[in-house]
Amino acid sequence: SYFLSFSFQQRIEIHKLRQGDNLILGFSIGGGIDQDPTQNPFSEDKTDKGIYVTRVTQGGPAEVAGLQIGDKIMQVNGWDMTMVTHDQARKRLTKRNEEVVRLLVTRQSLQKAVQQSMMS
Amino acid sequence: MSVAMDTESTYSGYSHYSGHSKKAHRQGRDRHKSPRSKDGSRSEKSVTIQTPPAEPLLGNDASRAEEGQDDNWGETTTAITGTSEHSISQEDIARISKDLEDSVGLDCKRYLGLTVAAVLGLLVFLTPIAFILLPQILWRDDLEPCGTVCEGLFISVAFKLLILLIGTWALFFRQPKADLPRVFVFRALLLVLIFLFVFSYWLFYGVRILDSKDTNYQGIVQYAVSLVDALLFIHYLAIVLLELRQLQPMFTVKVVRSTDGESRYYSLGHLSIQRAALVVLENYYRDFTVYNPALLTASKSRAAKHMAGLKVYNVDGPGNNASGQSRAMIAAAARRRDSSHNELYYEEADHERRVKKRRARLVVAVEEAFTHIKRLQAEEQQKAPGEMMDPREAAQAIFPSMARALQKYLRTTRQQQYHSMESILQHLSFCITNNMTPKAFLERYLNPGPTLQYDRDRWFSKQWTLVSEEAVTSGLQDGIVFVLKCLDFSLVVNVKKIPFIKLSEEFIDPKSHKFVLRLQSETSV
Repeated sequence: SYFLSFSFQQRIEIHKLRQGDNLILGFSIGGGIDQDPTQNPFSEDKTDKGIYVTRVTQGGPAEVAGLQIGDKIMQVNGWDMTMVTHDQARKRLTKRNEEVVRLLVTRQSLQKAVQQSMMS
Repeated sequence: MSVAMDTESTYSGYSHYSGHSKKAHRQGRDRHKSPRSKDGSRSEKSVTIQTPPAEPLLGNDASRAEEGQDDNWGETTTAITGTSEHSISQEDIARISKDLEDSVGLDCKRYLGLTVAAVLGLLVFLTPIAFILLPQILWRDDLEPCGTVCEGLFISVAFKLLILLIGTWALFFRQPKADLPRVFVFRALLLVLIFLFVFSYWLFYGVRILDSKDTNYQGIVQYAVSLVDALLFIHYLAIVLLELRQLQPMFTVKVVRSTDGESRYYSLGHLSIQRAALVVLENYYRDFTVYNPALLTASKSRAAKHMAGLKVYNVDGPGNNASGQSRAMIAAAARRRDSSHNELYYEEADHERRVKKRRARLVVAVEEAFTHIKRLQAEEQQKAPGEMMDPREAAQAIFPSMARALQKYLRTTRQQQYHSMESILQHLSFCITNNMTPKAFLERYLNPGPTLQYDRDRWFSKQWTLVSEEAVTSGLQDGIVFVLKCLDFSLVVNVKKIPFIKLSEEFIDPKSHKFVLRLQSETSV
């Protein structure tokens, strides 16, 4: 068998939760083009400077929506997140006038599952 | 083996004791003899008989009973008959006769070479003077008068000859430090060159000047000056060939002693094999620890035990299958489960512990002994004239308190034959004179030193033979191996060329050292 490099992507829709004055999503991000990609524990390719989900709070909106730790966020509401700085990524996720964010994520476990099914 | 028993019996029979020991002591000594001292005496190859000291060192009779040999420190007597293990008496005889022959033969060769060189040198030195003087002597009246230029040339000839003389003295007039097996190629070449050169000058002089009685004296003097100039250039060539060429290191040689594997590395330039051997030997006496046959007995006994355990019986008839036999023995030895490695491990650990313990006792004893001595200042010397001692007497006064500990330590490390009581006393008085601490005094005994530190008759290595597959006057090459053999051991020398180093340059601008922080932030959204 041979490896195809393709991204198996999933769309996740998160409804923000209002906590006091803030709207929270319930997860943490790491990564960015201004960050050190070698310290990212979730990326397969250590030169990948994309935005990764590093933590998901229990019972928060992100977990409810199906976001998992280690997911790489490719788009947020149509905005590309593969070539942004850490701060730009944060800003795009925490826009005050948006109550729903639609993420396009890709997941390693998904990729591996597909590859394995192709091989068998 | 009957051989071993013979040696033992002769040992006890011939050993000398001072008048103080009695028969009872002698028997006690035999019983208390440790196996180690037996081994040491068996492998000793020299007969050294020194007269025992007049008084006993240890005033204590009780202690003497326990170490009966020890009260006569200065003795190392063993009578070796022809029945010792290695047929040593044969070797001794061979060695003595070889010494006699070689000394006569090599001296002749050396002196011949020296006289030839000296005669040639004298001839060469006198030649310019002869060139200048001969016309004056033979046809003085016909000669043109010598003008200013000519007289100026006299001065230059004189000074150049003086410089040549000093240079030759500095370069060549040195005591030969070694006898090499073959002629020195470069030196021979230079002598031949000088001889041809001077010969051709004389030929020209004889034909064109003497025969024709040339009257141009200035020309003759200039001819002599040119000779001296050329001689100075030959002297320069001699320096380059004989001294400078081998200064730059080109080879690294590894020298390994065959008996115990001690090895050293040296850097050499372009030398012939015999000169490289000379350098190695000069460094051997300074760098390698002294060869001690007493340290090798342990491995020999282990090896003997291996082979002694197996016997080969030939059941197939009288056919002599020697290689088959030896292979069978080796295979059987490999299969045999013996625990000699265990023995070795525990023996070595035990020995080390013992050595450390004795060393501690020795250090304490010496430190204590040194506290009894105090140096008198000049003013104090007048106040207490009665008790003053010179260094030798002071050494003799404190020696008994450390003698036993030192002796035990030397016995444990098997160095006892390298240090006689007299040498220890001398060293002690030397240390006292030079205000050395106990540790400085002990430095000589705690570790075996280089061969030069010891008495000449303990060296075991005076006559060397160079064994080489290449001609000994050929130069060193990569991969050459030659062996320097002396009677008891050999030094294996392995030559390796220093690799060609490609060094390239990289310039770093001092302003180019810039740094950036590597961040890994995590933000919760």
